[in-house]
Amino acid sequence: MDKLKYVGKPVVRIDGKEKVSGATRFTDDLEYGQNMLYAALVESTEAHALIKSIDTTEAEKYRGVVAVFTGKDFPYKFGLYMKDRYIFAMDRVRFVGEQVAAVVSRDKRIAEKAAKLVKVEYDPLPALFDQMESLKNDAVLIHPDLGEYVHVPWFFPQAKTNIAHWRKTRQGDIEKGFAEADYILEDTYRVPRYAHCPIETHAAVGLCDLSGRLTVWASSQSPHTQRNLFVEALAPLGFTHKDVRVIAPPIGGGFGGKAGVSMEILAAAMATKLRGNPVRVIWSREREFYNTSQRLGVIAKLKIGVKNDGMFTAIDHRLYWDAGASAEYGANVVNAVGLSATGPYRFPNIFIDSVCLYTNLPPCGAYRGFGYSEFMFGLESHINRIATHLKMDPVTLRKKNAIQEGDILAYGVPMNPSGLLKAIDAVEKEIEWSKKVKPIDSNKVIGKGFSLIWKAPAMPPNASSAAFIKFSEDGSLNILVSGMDMGQGFLTVMAQIAAEILTVPVSKIRTENPDTDRNPYEWQTVASHVTWSCGNAVRNAAINARDQIFEIVERACDLPKDELYLKDEKVKCKAKPEFELPLKNFVIDGIQTEDGTFRGGPILGKGIFMPEFTSANSDPETSQGGHPNVHYTVGAAAIILEIDKDTGEMHVKKVVEAIDAGKAINPDLVKGQITGGLLQGLSTVLYEDMRYDEKGKLLNPNFTDYKIPTAKDIPDEIVPIIIEVPQPDGPFGARGVGEHTMIPAAPMVANAIQDALGVRIKTMPITQEKVAMTYLKKKEK
Amino acid sequence: MSEIKILLNNEERIVEVQPYETLLEVLREKLGVISPKCGCDRGDCGACNVLLNGRSVRSCLILAVEVDGQEIITVEGISKDGLSKVQESMIDNNSFQCGFCAPGVIISATELLNNNPHPTREDIKEALSGNLCRCTGYLPILEAVENATKE
Repeated sequence: MDKLKYVGKPVVRIDGKEKVSGATRFTDDLEYGQNMLYAALVESTEAHALIKSIDTTEAEKYRGVVAVFTGKDFPYKFGLYMKDRYIFAMDRVRFVGEQVAAVVSRDKRIAEKAAKLVKVEYDPLPALFDQMESLKNDAVLIHPDLGEYVHVPWFFPQAKTNIAHWRKTRQGDIEKGFAEADYILEDTYRVPRYAHCPIETHAAVGLCDLSGRLTVWASSQSPHTQRNLFVEALAPLGFTHKDVRVIAPPIGGGFGGKAGVSMEILAAAMATKLRGNPVRVIWSREREFYNTSQRLGVIAKLKIGVKNDGMFTAIDHRLYWDAGASAEYGANVVNAVGLSATGPYRFPNIFIDSVCLYTNLPPCGAYRGFGYSEFMFGLESHINRIATHLKMDPVTLRKKNAIQEGDILAYGVPMNPSGLLKAIDAVEKEIEWSKKVKPIDSNKVIGKGFSLIWKAPAMPPNASSAAFIKFSEDGSLNILVSGMDMGQGFLTVMAQIAAEILTVPVSKIRTENPDTDRNPYEWQTVASHVTWSCGNAVRNAAINARDQIFEIVERACDLPKDELYLKDEKVKCKAKPEFELPLKNFVIDGIQTEDGTFRGGPILGKGIFMPEFTSANSDPETSQGGHPNVHYTVGAAAIILEIDKDTGEMHVKKVVEAIDAGKAINPDLVKGQITGGLLQGLSTVLYEDMRYDEKGKLLNPNFTDYKIPTAKDIPDEIVPIIIEVPQPDGPFGARGVGEHTMIPAAPMVANAIQDALGVRIKTMPITQEKVAMTYLKKKEK
Repeated sequence: MSEIKILLNNEERIVEVQPYETLLEVLREKLGVISPKCGCDRGDCGACNVLLNGRSVRSCLILAVEVDGQEIITVEGISKDGLSKVQESMIDNNSFQCGFCAPGVIISATELLNNNPHPTREDIKEALSGNLCRCTGYLPILEAVENATKE
């Protein structure tokens, strides 16, 4: 390969100027006209209850109210992987804050006032706030009709229970594996729910015009999937894909929370009954916490067997997930973990149960890391404890068992090329692992913690991406794709890929967020897969455009196609060095021949990508026989943590994180993911602490009481390291890194605390208070 | 309804406001100035920051009627005649990811540099500690502010 000119370079973001000049128009920044309608919601005050009656009379009479909607106006189920939600609660409510009705007015304050006049009577039912309670045989059923729900074939819901899905993975002989072990460690780890906290809350505006065409503007990671789900849900009203359009303006943070469909369906549905009027639904910060999706909580029961030489013999990992009131997206988190809960290690004998349970807390779904942060907390804690027992260095133990290319994964497929050992070595060196750090203040102690990184995209086997490339008269070009730039730099990376192949500078390329009517298909911007998947589509589109260019030149200039190549925005010919034709001369207008006629016309590149090797079909009892994941991205990280022994106050002195990006298309943006992801991960372990009252009401749905870090809470030093072991089927060898960067944060903090204080904390979050109390207890013993 | 007159981004604007309307609502919904964002509506996040007589304030916590006769500058005003040094520095350093917090951060950074042209890293952290950003881990923003003070 020639030396790369645009790929692998720290190119400045193509949307940077737009963002710092205030020009970026997010969903609620667009103009929707003077006849806008505002919707205010009536929410359930009960965690679990039958709805006895809803009286909307007073609200309807209120001056300025245009319409009032309840569940009976839209008796349609929806959901991404399982249809287990209604647009408004129908006969029962399943969590505090669930939408029961909406009041619509031209004036937002009138809508809010009138919403308070809607009277809802409930018949309370027993409510479940703990997934282990949901699992009991005599537990009240949150979804009595679960057995009838439509779902993807790789889910196994169990009728007449609260089990929305149960992923079982079995390999080898688990009993034999533990019998061979010299030491077995068994314990339970708990990780609570978390909130995504994008600074832009969810926002959607629906407009069904008088011809019956429905447009939804939404802050969304999934415009095409949203269109598909809107059509599925609203099909009884006569809508087809042709009639529905989703426009996705720039999005003010997603982190998984804006994947699939949640509140956007309200704007879509209400618009169908208020034709000609845009209907605006914007979530308040409070509602952003309790009625979009949260990260699932998990109770993980983990048992690992090991030989005295440090070789693992068996893993038994049973994970019980709190998915909340609906599991249409969350059950796929459970599924992903069920396939991957070995972590990046070789285990000859594997038993994994990953169980998705309904509770009467807010619904949970995709969150950066997709279950891996949750189970890696326990797993990576466990590995340190095993090392302590074996009197072995925890990094050495990790290296001994680290998975390598060709090793068989839990579901029976070989592991992809991986820079895991390189990453471990790089981190070990940079953090000076074997060197003890002495605190200056005698009341403080300093510990070091290590953790590996491991995650695969969780996607349907036929999730695909598509791209168009079109030129303009001056040789600049537009890339049309439907991935979302939610900050990770997707648009810039797509431009770099096309630039490399077409030799057009990134500064002459425009890529924007999509409109499903104009832009080709993309499944969703989730799973850290768009650089890889949509990157391949863009690469294919650029190659396709280049082929068209060469074909035209061959016909018009009588030069052999095989001898042509591109350089600095010009077509050149190996056989005829003096030949040179600038792209701008013909990519729209074609090439004029001697008789005055033209050859060619506008160049339009087209590319698609679908991973044709994946399959979700496997034995439901063992998960063997399919190929559910496309590849894993791996890495390693370590932390130096200073702790005040009296107050428990923690200060991160240094973090090192190495990640195998395959090929970093834009190293500066990869480093941005490391810096941002690490702080988000550190935040889940050190600060964020979600609290519910005994009736299932979230007590801290705001940034005053649910703390996320400020500029004063960042580590003293962050060292990002990029490892590049190419992914053979990735564009220029790239694979995704976005989610992975936050995964090691919690376990490496727990491991550093053990190193510093000799205490093991097995529940998240690990707040200052918890550290101080745990250490105090240890001292009293 | 009462009429207020403000100097908004160096232009005199007159607008009718309700006594309960916040400055943020009036800027976004009546004056077409959309760079201040609503991230929390209670003063926690700083996405709605604007300069009021040169000082950064949460426009979600101020009633529009309170600012009658005063001067307000938003990122539109700062960007009108070309970007400021700190904005350019933020572009060069890929400071923002989603960019939703960017206008508020730029207001805080502008206020800081107006009052203290050579801030330390700690000064910058302090000045930006009222602006929540969920994407970046803050580091690329802090570095950009630092870079803007060099030369």
